Amino acid sequence: MSDLLKTPLYEQHQNLGARIVDFGGWALPVNYSSQVEEHNAVRNNAGVFDVSHMTVSDITGSDTLPFLSKLLANDIYKVSSLPGKALYSCMLNESGGVIDDLIVYYLTDEYCRVVTNAATNQKDMAWLAKQAASFSNVSVTEKSDLALIAIQGPKALDIIQTKFSDDIASSTKNLNRFQGTFTENSADNIFIGRTGYTGEDGVEIILPANKAEQIWQQCIDNNIQPCGLGARDTLRLEAGMALYGADLDEEHTPIESGLSWSVALNDKNKIPRDFIGATALASNSRYKMIGLILEGKGVLRGHQKLLNNSEEVGEITSGTFSPTLQKSIAIARIRSNCELSIDSTLHVQIRKNQVEARIVKYPFI
Amino acid sequence: MSEIRSELKYLSSHEWARVEEDGTVTIGISDYAQESLGDVVYVECPDVGAAIVAGEQVAVVESVKAASDIYAPISGEVIEVNEALEDSPETVNDSPYDDGWFFKVRPDELEELGNALDSEAYEEQLDE
Repeated sequence: MSDLLKTPLYEQHQNLGARIVDFGGWALPVNYSSQVEEHNAVRNNAGVFDVSHMTVSDITGSDTLPFLSKLLANDIYKVSSLPGKALYSCMLNESGGVIDDLIVYYLTDEYCRVVTNAATNQKDMAWLAKQAASFSNVSVTEKSDLALIAIQGPKALDIIQTKFSDDIASSTKNLNRFQGTFTENSADNIFIGRTGYTGEDGVEIILPANKAEQIWQQCIDNNIQPCGLGARDTLRLEAGMALYGADLDEEHTPIESGLSWSVALNDKNKIPRDFIGATALASNSRYKMIGLILEGKGVLRGHQKLLNNSEEVGEITSGTFSPTLQKSIAIARIRSNCELSIDSTLHVQIRKNQVEARIVKYPFI
Repeated sequence: MSEIRSELKYLSSHEWARVEEDGTVTIGISDYAQESLGDVVYVECPDVGAAIVAGEQVAVVESVKAASDIYAPISGEVIEVNEALEDSPETVNDSPYDDGWFFKVRPDELEELGNALDSEAYEEQLDE
């Protein structure tokens, strides 16, 4: 563990008795106690996650919007009249494959904040730098001195608004869903986004590393359940949210990954947009995504093969046991010409057994 | 700190084996194993009547987090599986050495268990 990167909250995780694992080179908590209890806390009350391993970058300069418009498969101009508004998007390579998925907050025409994944950090930063070089006035600054704390659950906002310091409490009161803002005292450099990766309401707080411990402790003191990566995965999967490296990769387009809703081929005037990978997206999709609920025994997991009348039609990209549904669920990628309708069944190869699973729409909750 | 029972034999892969008074052997996973796995949601045991071979993979335990192979501590015939785990797999977490047992074996040669770790050796392994 000594070679691993540590977040500013590493000591807090140790003190709470967390099981720490190597997650893409970071020492991170996978669970503190029961993963299922952590999951249920977020569904029913509130949970807190240290997601400081994720990368925060500030995009600045007069070419910020043209740059992001070229870089992203979603249209930054959808949110460019709404200060603080967040947009989910993939950034693609020239062949339409997904380099990473991200959230971008529009702050001004000359300042946007982007949050990308941890495991993809190096290639993301290289790609951003390369693309930015084609614009005369845009800078990409990785903010590696920041911590990121996600507080999620139906009671999360209420607890923050009644128990946290005035500046944080009042900032969250004015936030719409999928919107972010800096708190009033700009010197604090605390940014709050009403976003998350659990399917519940809540916030993600981006703040200087030296302020992380205080906010974390405030969560613990207010009975917000500390949650690890394990619960984060079951929560996001129930919510039908894609995980980079499992459901998304450079070999598949966002359309082949169930994310066509996040692709804006045209701008608001119905004019085709010129973004990286757009040309490749015009050709026919080879795959589509489906949701599965296991009818037989076992647990669905990534890479298990799917069989339709003994013919292999695809594989699971993410699977788990859903604590909320008390059933095993999965997201799977199948060939686009495979005609299987919602509620029809197919078989999943689980070790030596072929087990029946039903096709469903997702999100699962 | 995980519980280790002195009367049991262990494999380095965290299975335990208990010799019963009638000479049969009960098999399960250790307290350390259930703790590492987290919430157990499914156990796939061998069929009753199956012949199993020491050291070979014979069962699977799945937690919310991951699937894990279970190896046979001894060769023999499976004579009973813990059917209660089908509806309540979490019993493996609550009671790994008692109600959470996996299956029972009529061993070919009981002496084969001599190859397994005793509780002290297993404890040493966990300390490493």
